[in-house]
Amino acid sequence: MVIEFHLDRGSGVATYLQLVHQVKQALRLGMLRPGDQLPTAREVVDKLAINPNTVLKAYRELEREGLVVGRPGLGTFIKRTLGGAAPAEYTRLRGEFTRWVRACGEAGLDHEDVKALVGSVLDEASRRETA
Amino acid sequence: MSGETVVRMPGTGPADDPGPTALEATGLSKSYRRNEALRDCSLSVPAGRVVALVGPNGAGKSTFLKLVVGLLEPTEGSVKVLGEPLRPEPESMARVAFLAQDKPLYPGFTVAETLRFGRIANPRWDQDLATGRLEELGIPLNRKVGRLSGGQRTQVALTLAIAKRADLLVLDEPLADLDPLARHDVLRGLMVGVADTGVTVLFSSHVVSDLEGVCDWLVVLNGGRVQLNGDVDRLLAGHRRLTGPAEGAGPLAERFPVIARSGTERQDTLLVQATEPLLPPEWTAHPVGLEELVLAYLRRPDAAVAVPPILSSAR
Repeated sequence: MVIEFHLDRGSGVATYLQLVHQVKQALRLGMLRPGDQLPTAREVVDKLAINPNTVLKAYRELEREGLVVGRPGLGTFIKRTLGGAAPAEYTRLRGEFTRWVRACGEAGLDHEDVKALVGSVLDEASRRETA
Repeated sequence: MSGETVVRMPGTGPADDPGPTALEATGLSKSYRRNEALRDCSLSVPAGRVVALVGPNGAGKSTFLKLVVGLLEPTEGSVKVLGEPLRPEPESMARVAFLAQDKPLYPGFTVAETLRFGRIANPRWDQDLATGRLEELGIPLNRKVGRLSGGQRTQVALTLAIAKRADLLVLDEPLADLDPLARHDVLRGLMVGVADTGVTVLFSSHVVSDLEGVCDWLVVLNGGRVQLNGDVDRLLAGHRRLTGPAEGAGPLAERFPVIARSGTERQDTLLVQATEPLLPPEWTAHPVGLEELVLAYLRRPDAAVAVPPILSSAR
């Protein structure tokens, strides 16, 4: 199996969205590639003790976004990859971000402080986009 | 083995057609002498769902389940399973499977003998499904039921109920008196059963933390009444926890129905019915977990039941 799902119960994030996010994360990090098969609903259910409908809902959402394709009787397969930038660009941004995180540490911020700061900047950015 | 084609999920298609109704209760009431256990309960649940029936002890959960499977007669109202009332005939009773809270099995029977009993008693019996499940679970067929662990006994009882191949599987507190590991295993067994058969499941529980990701439909019974009834993702999407400075809470409480409110003199927290609220900048909205939502409603038996329907385009 190429991906193993995990569940954060009580996180407030809908279970199907947690599965969607984990597939997208794996796509962004190159852990999942086009042609890879996602586990069947039964396999996911047997491990996580979640509702099979939830797994199918996650896969339908991924299909709707054009990331996977369901082949009846065969399974669900990765169709395309994610990540807007070219690998070199990705490396450059990661480097800059690493330096920024280090600067945060030097300024006395711990990991939680940094996460809160990143979260609030992202919130503000999306609020500006929708405004 | 691919479970992809087996499971049906009505109610989430593009047209958002809820599909056939598995269970419909209309004006259901039940009184024991002068004690009213259930009062004017009406609800309907689409087929193919896993429904959690939640409520405090004494809320009427067991009474409701026994009315659904025909073990009790309602004082008023009626129940239909897939559009038809149950009749006391074998063919009609084969449409529902019921697992009582005490999981009644004969301790002197072996597992194989228990299955044979299931085969004789149930016209739709699926022997391959039953033996396949027990093999996967590693439960030996020649073992006496009385010598199994509590978790294994529950698995055998659950296998019996699933192999009955009913349209509606009703379980009364299937997780009570199991340790956390056995609870997880039993839930896995139940979910795999759903993946294999597509059966509609209705089960009661007073432990809400086990249900996240398991049920996709929630019914909250409180004081003999239906307080919440709906698709879990929609219920969660229709509620937000708002936090912000205390002085701003008043105006927000007027804009949204408030289910719970707490806070200090500086900060306020509101659990409200809202989807994507536009808030003053110093306020933030957080998603709400299933347990948090249920507890908030249980503390407010008077809280409005009506949750605004969310359009199918909402994610």
